[in-house]
Amino acid sequence: MAGTIAIKNGYVYDPLNEINGEIMDIFIKDGKVVTELSGADMKDVKEIDAKGKTVMPGGVDSHSHVAGAKVNVGRMMRPEDHYKFYQKRTPLTHSGCGYSVPSVYLGGYEYSKMGYTTVFEAAVPPMEARHTHEEMRSTPMLDMGGYLVLGNNWFLMRYLKEGDVDKAAAYISWMMKTHKTYGIKCVNPGGVENWGWGENVSALDQANIHFEVTPEEMIKSLAELNEKLGIPMPVHLHANNLGHPGCWEITRDSLKIPKNVKTKPNTDVEWAETKRNAKRHESVYLTHCQFNAFGGTSWRDFESGVKGITDYVNSNDHVVMDSGCVPFGDATVMTGDGPAIHDLYVLTGHKWSNTDVECECGSGVLPFEYLKSNPVHSSQWAMGLEVLLYVTDAWKSIMTTDSPNGGPFIKYPQVIAWLMSNKARQDTFAECHKWAQDRTGLGGETREMTLNEIAILTRANPARTIGMSYRKGTLGIGADGDVAIYNIDPKKLEVNDYESIIRGFENAAYTIKAGEVVSQMGEIVAIPEKNTFYTDIATDADDEKRMLEDVKKWFKYYTLGFNNYPTPEKYLANPTPIQVNAEK
Amino acid sequence: MVFKNIICPVCGGSCDDIQVELKDGKIDVQNACKMGNAKFQEVVSHHRILKPTIRENGKVKDVSWDEALEMAADILVNSKRPLFFLGSETSCEAQEVGLHMAEYLGGLADSNATICHGPTVMGIQESGMVGATAGQAKNRADMIVYWGVNALESMPRHMSKYGVFPRGYWTKRGRFDRTMVTVDPRVTPTAVASDLHLQLNPNSDYELLSALFTILNGREPHPSVEEITGIPISVMKQTVEMMKESNYVSIYVGLGVSSSYGKHRNIEIALNFVKEMNNYTKCNIGALRGHCNVAGFNQIASYLYGYPFGLDFGKGYPRYNPGEYTTVDVLREKDVDAAFVMSADLVNHIPADSAKYLAEIPMICLDIAPCPSTTAADVVLPGVIDAMECDGTFYRLDNVPVYFEPFTDSPFPETKSNEDTLKQLFAKIKAKKEA
Repeated sequence: MAGTIAIKNGYVYDPLNEINGEIMDIFIKDGKVVTELSGADMKDVKEIDAKGKTVMPGGVDSHSHVAGAKVNVGRMMRPEDHYKFYQKRTPLTHSGCGYSVPSVYLGGYEYSKMGYTTVFEAAVPPMEARHTHEEMRSTPMLDMGGYLVLGNNWFLMRYLKEGDVDKAAAYISWMMKTHKTYGIKCVNPGGVENWGWGENVSALDQANIHFEVTPEEMIKSLAELNEKLGIPMPVHLHANNLGHPGCWEITRDSLKIPKNVKTKPNTDVEWAETKRNAKRHESVYLTHCQFNAFGGTSWRDFESGVKGITDYVNSNDHVVMDSGCVPFGDATVMTGDGPAIHDLYVLTGHKWSNTDVECECGSGVLPFEYLKSNPVHSSQWAMGLEVLLYVTDAWKSIMTTDSPNGGPFIKYPQVIAWLMSNKARQDTFAECHKWAQDRTGLGGETREMTLNEIAILTRANPARTIGMSYRKGTLGIGADGDVAIYNIDPKKLEVNDYESIIRGFENAAYTIKAGEVVSQMGEIVAIPEKNTFYTDIATDADDEKRMLEDVKKWFKYYTLGFNNYPTPEKYLANPTPIQVNAEK
Repeated sequence: MVFKNIICPVCGGSCDDIQVELKDGKIDVQNACKMGNAKFQEVVSHHRILKPTIRENGKVKDVSWDEALEMAADILVNSKRPLFFLGSETSCEAQEVGLHMAEYLGGLADSNATICHGPTVMGIQESGMVGATAGQAKNRADMIVYWGVNALESMPRHMSKYGVFPRGYWTKRGRFDRTMVTVDPRVTPTAVASDLHLQLNPNSDYELLSALFTILNGREPHPSVEEITGIPISVMKQTVEMMKESNYVSIYVGLGVSSSYGKHRNIEIALNFVKEMNNYTKCNIGALRGHCNVAGFNQIASYLYGYPFGLDFGKGYPRYNPGEYTTVDVLREKDVDAAFVMSADLVNHIPADSAKYLAEIPMICLDIAPCPSTTAADVVLPGVIDAMECDGTFYRLDNVPVYFEPFTDSPFPETKSNEDTLKQLFAKIKAKKEA
């Protein structure tokens, strides 16, 4: 029976239900988790014996660059990234290649092999949303969605300057529907529009050259609009000044801005059963904290500024963040923050691509290699781990590499090993530049994360943060039947043998999507159906009408006509709108 | 009925404001350029290929769609190493099916970039490209450079829609707010319309770019460069100063750069020059892509398989090595034994040796009108005209995907689109291969 399966005797980790390694059976019927299967169902059901294995909800990546124009710029300009890392076609699967920027088929398979079933694209430029959706549609194995880049949008900046909040709200909801995207991404607010003139911003109160809106106003307004609209996830912030020594302060100050914004996610969905509150209460979701946590004043006195941020996060409850870990080796840096990548070009002289998008945003791409012999890279490695280890409550953290910026997502098992094993960290310290010890505090940190905390960081919390825990990131009754079973016996686990952790998480014994085994010990065995999520926000019809009059008038500054601007549903695999109720 | 906002399926400009009226076997087209108008006339033209044909014992005969597809499938299934040339005058959707077939059969897949802006793509692989969507230049650029391209004739609406004349946000006076420079050995209409024409000697682009780069870096270029390029060093200095003093420089390159001596090295140094120029002022570069979807193949081949053109699936995974797996080379080296050519008159556009071999091997051709390639083909499948008779996706010159919708239907009950035709062919190939 398709979509029906029994997983027996595994050690189950379902943090949203406070299940911490209990031996339990999980039953899935027609793709959803159920309490039990009837006798008739049990007769011909597929049964998996998970005895001595770790059972978690399918992995959820809430911030990864996997689809769209800039990812493809990375693919196109980097044949040297692809030729050594490839996979052959099989009767079931397509071939593919690419290490840090894999082709879409390969990317989908690699995620699935690690037990991931849901991935959200970190940045969708509105005008190029069709491209992002084309790539997501072609990415197998994963349920997906994407965040719309709005932090430098002309229409929004104009409305904010004029103080017209209603029209700004109507504009955001119209854009989400028009481009079938899920949440608000705010990248270097004000700075990317300035990059249209080759400039940036460096302070929260520095106004944008033309629109005269400050980053502070943008962050505050977007956070308020986000809640006014009832969007399932908090505003997703890539703070100003990224990648510059000393940037940790502006990051911390940015986090202070939405402190008093009251959160009101409001979706019409049926929630899976969970013991903990599965709804988010944070008003800001900071991304790739490591890249925003540089200390010092120059590359000479560069040091970790992580503690300044994590101290703030530990003493406040309105922030959740992902780490942006650096696992060493080849990477491709890519971001909507065009000026940040220009600075990296000046620093490295590498090949550099940039695409500014008219009236909306920008992006930059540059190949990068993190070397253990490099003082700054070694410090960044340590800082990425500091971000996760210093935050005491795991429910405020999400583990990412900001793939492929810190490193490709296939390095997640390695990152997990560092988090779980102090010995793994000490062994790496021995191999890398001494700045990792001297300029960060990681050497003195002895915390070793548990499997339960890893489950929080890699599925429960990403799903909760972005408002997907009504069906993802948990094994509660009614949740999607997405499960990862790892060859890790929690009772026998010896964290000093960290290679066994890497091996365990690298290839899930089984990845199950909607009740169907899709990959098994590193081999893809089925190509499941996939869903693409986006928010459908109901707003005031009058506001929308007034807003569209403005938008049509201003459309003359685009080179694409108003009628040819939207992204039709045709570009989505199983389009799944989520009804959102804006404040009246 | 009048249809508005139709996308033009001719050049990489993807004009999206075409208005058409189809009535009594005639078509009236508004807003399109001469090239666009001519293509729209194809939809009612008398020379359209309307029936599938096959060549049997040297004679061409009309057959049913099913027979033609059967024979096409036989040719491809029996081939050891088929070449799929997935032309740029059709949708990404059709090209995607073609790529899947090439992968399935272990053949090669290539597209027009291989004989066009392929060197540009290779230049990007050396340097990266600092670009922007077309509207950035429209709203901001106060200096426009056309290098090795005659925009007025190759992309006739580029100057009016994107480059020189449009009134953008910070360029309210249009042409009067912009300085226009053309670098071209010929005195083209574009050059005549420019404020400054650098009439360099043919094939001296690399030397001129090197000299400009040297000046940008504050050094004096070698005096011999004046004789080599035909441009006085004082003019070179003036050009660099003009760029540095502008607020926003937008450079467009054409085949004059990527197909003159130096090829991708010309592009590489142009891209490096632009990268460095960004330390002084905002500067972008972009290629004027010839066909409506030549950029699209580069995009989808990259995201589906990792490489932008010239893909070889002979080993079961994608490999890329321009000069080895690219169309002209595999034909010249007689390295393929059958070919599928879609929406591109390949025979007409490759060197004689390669064209001769292509005509010798079994070839399937999908196209809308007779051309040397269909004449040399063993199976001809009638093409459906994208953006007129079916919907789909093109990628514009600046890699912005454009969704197009039809204003009429496919004239063939057997197929809705080229994508549909290819899917039917693929189904037959799978059935034969797996039988």
